[in-house]
Amino acid sequence: MDPGNKRQLDEEFSALYRAHVRDVYSYAYYRIGNHHDAEDVTEHTFLQAYRHFERAQRESKGRPLRPWLIRIAHNLASNHRRDKARRPQTQLEDASVIPSSQDTESTFERRQELEEVLDGVAKLPNDRREALIMRFALDMDNREIARALGRTEGATKVLIHRAIKQLEQELGRAPR
Amino acid sequence: MSEVEQLLRSALAPVDPPGALLDRLDHELTEITSAAAEQMADWELAAMKDPRNWAKPVTAGVVAGVAGTALVLVRARQRQRSSQAGGLRALEAGAGEVAAELRRRLRS
Repeated sequence: MDPGNKRQLDEEFSALYRAHVRDVYSYAYYRIGNHHDAEDVTEHTFLQAYRHFERAQRESKGRPLRPWLIRIAHNLASNHRRDKARRPQTQLEDASVIPSSQDTESTFERRQELEEVLDGVAKLPNDRREALIMRFALDMDNREIARALGRTEGATKVLIHRAIKQLEQELGRAPR
Repeated sequence: MSEVEQLLRSALAPVDPPGALLDRLDHELTEITSAAAEQMADWELAAMKDPRNWAKPVTAGVVAGVAGTALVLVRARQRQRSSQAGGLRALEAGAGEVAAELRRRLRS
């Protein structure tokens, strides 16, 4: 490879890393359910991404690479789950979600409400749960989620719609 | 947006990666890019032995530039912290810091 191209490629990878390390970590954390394993998945995602970055860039034809990155994390998280053969845990370890100390009555209720939501998400079928994490934790649109999951946009839209409906039923919050 | 969608937005808030992970990743990615830069430099030096390549830009500049790329990765963490802390102004400050560091490296 020409040195100039190599330098440009590394700069572009660096930009991708900066822009999406939080997305990859958030996705891994909500998929797996604990920080330790989420760190492993995030680390391996970027190392694997670096190895295949040139080809991915060539084949993306200018489209954003976040779905490709999340797909790597998705595959690694799936392998991880298979290896450990365990269900993801739901937790609110992260202090940014809601304060755990000095809870007032209202924040305590709010915390419980969010824990119920996470419990509900954990009980969804894998594909529905993954789609919801991508939509709400990573703010990905249908097109991006479709690319990450290897589905059509239409199928993704239906998947998310059904996931939300199922969760509404589970939580007893179906619109009347 | 429905009530459940609003709850999902709050429950699935993005999670910041731990600092130790960012440090480790910065280190690993820097090592990878540095190793690639060294290989590239060897390749350039070998190519310069051929007089047909003498008209090409000086190798030192190329090497310095490629090495500088590794630095960008090292600075990624600081810039991410800056952007979280202070938005655009902090991001600009982070970019300025990287540019200054690159200039310093190119001079040395």
